[in-house]
Amino acid sequence: MIRFEDVSVVHPGAPAPAVAGVDLTVPEGELCLLVGPSGVGKSTLLGTVSGLVPHFTGGTLHGRVTVDGRDTRTHRPRELADLVGTVGQDPQAHFVTDTVEDELAYGMESLGLPADTMRRRVEETLDLLGLTDLRERPIATLSGGQQQRVAIGSVLTTHPKVLVLDEPTSALDPAAAEEVLAVLQRLVHDLGTTVLMAEHRLERVVQYADRVVLLPGPGQAPVVGTPADVMGVSPVFPPVVALGRLAGWSPLPLTVRDARRRAGDLRERLASVPTVPASGAPDAAGVVGVPAAAAGPSPLPAVAPGAGAVEEAGTPETAGRGGPDGRGGLWSRLRTRLGSGNAASPKGRSGAPGPAGGAPAAAVPSPAAPAGAPGDADGPGTGGPFAEAAGLSVRRGPVPALRRVDLTVRRGEAVALMGRNGAGKSTLLGTLVGLHAPSSGSVTVGGRTPHRTGPRELLRHVGLVPQDPRDLLTASTVAAECEAADRDAGAEPGTCRALVSALLPGVDDAAHPRDLSEGQRLALALAVVLAAEPPLLLLDEPTRGLDYAAKARLVEHLAGLTARGHAVVLATHDVELAAEVAHRVVILADGEVVADGPSAEVVVSSPTFAPQVAKVLQPQRWLTVRQVAAALGEAS
Amino acid sequence: MTAPVADRSNALHAGAWWLWALGLAAAASRTTNPLLLALLVAVSGYVVAVRRTAAPWARSYGAFLKLGLAVLVIRLVFTVLLGSSVPGTRVLFTLPEIPLPYWAQGIRLGGPVSAEGVAFALRQALRLATLLVCIGAANALANPARLLKSLPAALYEVGVAVVVAMTSAPTLVADMARLRSARRLRGRKDKGPAALVRVAIPVLEGALERSVALAASMDARGYGRTAAVPAAVRRTTAVLTLGGLLGVCVGSYGLLTTVGGAFGLPLLLAGLAAALGGLYLGGRRSVRTRYRPDRWGARAWAVSLSGVAVAAVTVWAAGAYPQAMNPPAVPLTAPELPLLPAAGVLLGLLPALVAPVPARPAARPQKEVQ
Repeated sequence: MIRFEDVSVVHPGAPAPAVAGVDLTVPEGELCLLVGPSGVGKSTLLGTVSGLVPHFTGGTLHGRVTVDGRDTRTHRPRELADLVGTVGQDPQAHFVTDTVEDELAYGMESLGLPADTMRRRVEETLDLLGLTDLRERPIATLSGGQQQRVAIGSVLTTHPKVLVLDEPTSALDPAAAEEVLAVLQRLVHDLGTTVLMAEHRLERVVQYADRVVLLPGPGQAPVVGTPADVMGVSPVFPPVVALGRLAGWSPLPLTVRDARRRAGDLRERLASVPTVPASGAPDAAGVVGVPAAAAGPSPLPAVAPGAGAVEEAGTPETAGRGGPDGRGGLWSRLRTRLGSGNAASPKGRSGAPGPAGGAPAAAVPSPAAPAGAPGDADGPGTGGPFAEAAGLSVRRGPVPALRRVDLTVRRGEAVALMGRNGAGKSTLLGTLVGLHAPSSGSVTVGGRTPHRTGPRELLRHVGLVPQDPRDLLTASTVAAECEAADRDAGAEPGTCRALVSALLPGVDDAAHPRDLSEGQRLALALAVVLAAEPPLLLLDEPTRGLDYAAKARLVEHLAGLTARGHAVVLATHDVELAAEVAHRVVILADGEVVADGPSAEVVVSSPTFAPQVAKVLQPQRWLTVRQVAAALGEAS
Repeated sequence: MTAPVADRSNALHAGAWWLWALGLAAAASRTTNPLLLALLVAVSGYVVAVRRTAAPWARSYGAFLKLGLAVLVIRLVFTVLLGSSVPGTRVLFTLPEIPLPYWAQGIRLGGPVSAEGVAFALRQALRLATLLVCIGAANALANPARLLKSLPAALYEVGVAVVVAMTSAPTLVADMARLRSARRLRGRKDKGPAALVRVAIPVLEGALERSVALAASMDARGYGRTAAVPAAVRRTTAVLTLGGLLGVCVGSYGLLTTVGGAFGLPLLLAGLAAALGGLYLGGRRSVRTRYRPDRWGARAWAVSLSGVAVAAVTVWAAGAYPQAMNPPAVPLTAPELPLLPAAGVLLGLLPALVAPVPARPAARPQKEVQ
């Protein structure tokens, strides 16, 4: 259906080709997944199928791309419109009209289809995508998942033989992503549509792919094969594959189900590791990657944690807090004995931190106490809550965005806010930096009321990296941006630039912030915010568009920050990130806190928010591959 | 006939609302009787109140009301300050007169303010205000996107451009708000005009990026696909359109000057015909079809004819009852309500009965709050 014949693309003004040596055929009715680190030309390759590269973007295309026999060199995008449906990364940039129904019809109108055909297909598509109730709604009022479905629907109505999707699930919450993928699955199975899709979040999509095309590096020829084969060599892979590689399974499992069926012996081996979940809550504040945050349910809670913590202090991430380690062990032991472990245990076993769990769980000091370890080293604010919201309600226009939310954040603690699109996560973050005034209840950050504090002063207490880091960046070069950040923060000149280099080496001083890759832009925005050294750092959906390497770096930095006593609150849809970073998970639904507790407790019991490793190793409480690796090292 | 709940299939044609509103506006232009004008405003206001949707443009009616009020106030202030052309005997009060140099003779600043002058000015202003309010009613009731969809095929692409511009305006405002709050995150001032100016460039950058992305998306979805048209037809289209427009220009010039009275009207008509022919032929290049265009049904006829009826009755009444329709300011008398024209104006209430009732959303659509 799609044939690439020795294709390479050189962007205008670029010294080297963005994509080179692509020679492959995607047969009809196949779901083909394009993977690779960011910046390897995935979007470029997708663009060549719809003809937007090079007709719209400029640049030079060598070789030949044919779609159903039509050569994209001689056919412009509009002449391929009946054959190829394209949905880009940002669905909002895709919409031409203002209501759902008109949007679905737009492509057919352009093609000049008869009115009764259009009507029939719109009805079919509304049903197929479950959009019937939304048909007359203005698109601007839809949630992210709904918008993504409308965008896909709007290209489906023309009955394209080929569907090209660029990161269709990246911006979506786990449930909405499932929805979209189910639709794609149905298209491939029932209609024989050929789907070519690029996606960073492999844990969501890889099991649906018939074939995977891996672009290992910029300008390198692709590796093509079955998902299991390619995942064996790929530099990017989902946690379930990582677990498979760790356990030496072959062929590699791609789904949680496959992995679970193999994992019997692994579970046995892990069950015999007494440390398991134990270093748990007390140690949680310390480091990520150490088996963290699961004090309660351990079968052998008492003795092990200290030992575990000491053992694992050797990993690089822990280096930052090498000092208090011994004490951390002592602390854990003490704490476990003194009952936070015991107290948590029944709740953990029951497995469901119900709605009522919200406020009380926040009040229980279990995740916070360990702040003692980093806090002692750092001094200020030890133990006490740094940011606190009590009975907080916020309205956005006529819509109540938050209802009676109670939240406490302590120093050295990382909290993940989760929940579906539109649950109020961003509003809560915004309220903590004073962007929204509460309509009732109170919020304090470092003893101040955010919306009544001047920006300059507030900057020293709390910093927010918004969903789109570009919003923060206004200068025309990285260097100018950094200077401005130093001035804003009253920091010593060079502070911000040094932070950028520490976060991510190789960011060009003279580059325009808008030209940076997603990962570089996030590093720059993070450095800009950190220049003022705010004790509370807020991140809104930080992993959108990041590949696994960039994500791992982010995880490491956040761990370092909490170890130094910073508090971190992140709103995210990325369950794997939450599992890696957060000590505590707070789940919001319709502006209310429905769960609040240690990550392991909240996340493991939820089918939506559980990371893959947790699903595979249930009922044991492992969250990340790193924890498993560490524990296995322990066992042997 | 009772009005059904509006949905896509029975939506009233946007053009019908405009005809109705223009009918009311035409009626307003024929009278200065404040009672009749107030009745017209009341009629349009009532129809808007019972038939407008929750859409953003429906809120524009309030803005037009305020604009009308501003017209009244401005006219009043000018009359008081500059005096009136109407000779009046009942002096309300006298402002100190400021003497002006000789070259400004004919202009008076201050001086006596007469009741007749004020009444005359207010009636004139009320007429203009009523006109504006009638246009506002059309704006509030008719969906602009649907109206543009009714354009001839050759102009469709222009219509799309306008729709895109309209839908991106709210996005720009949202960008503005987001970037202003981002200034706060950088520890800079987020209030005041200076902050607004500072975010202008990033907002424009963002808008530019988005429009490029939108253009790519539209291209990939077949925007601008054209049918092959024989060269002869293409040339004829060009000649007809250009020639027609030229004819319209020269014709209107002829009509407006004394010299060209003879050739003005025929040339204008011929030009119009040629331009319309060009548009029709131009439409053949477009392969577009239309998805569920608004149909001009019985209700659309009823709504538009009610507007036309109001206009017709008032035009007729202006000749039949000159005193009542345009009560003289001198001597000053209390205006009386001419019953027949008033009954005619009430015909404008018909849409409140026959136009489909907009569906009230049971629950407000959940705006995405992140």
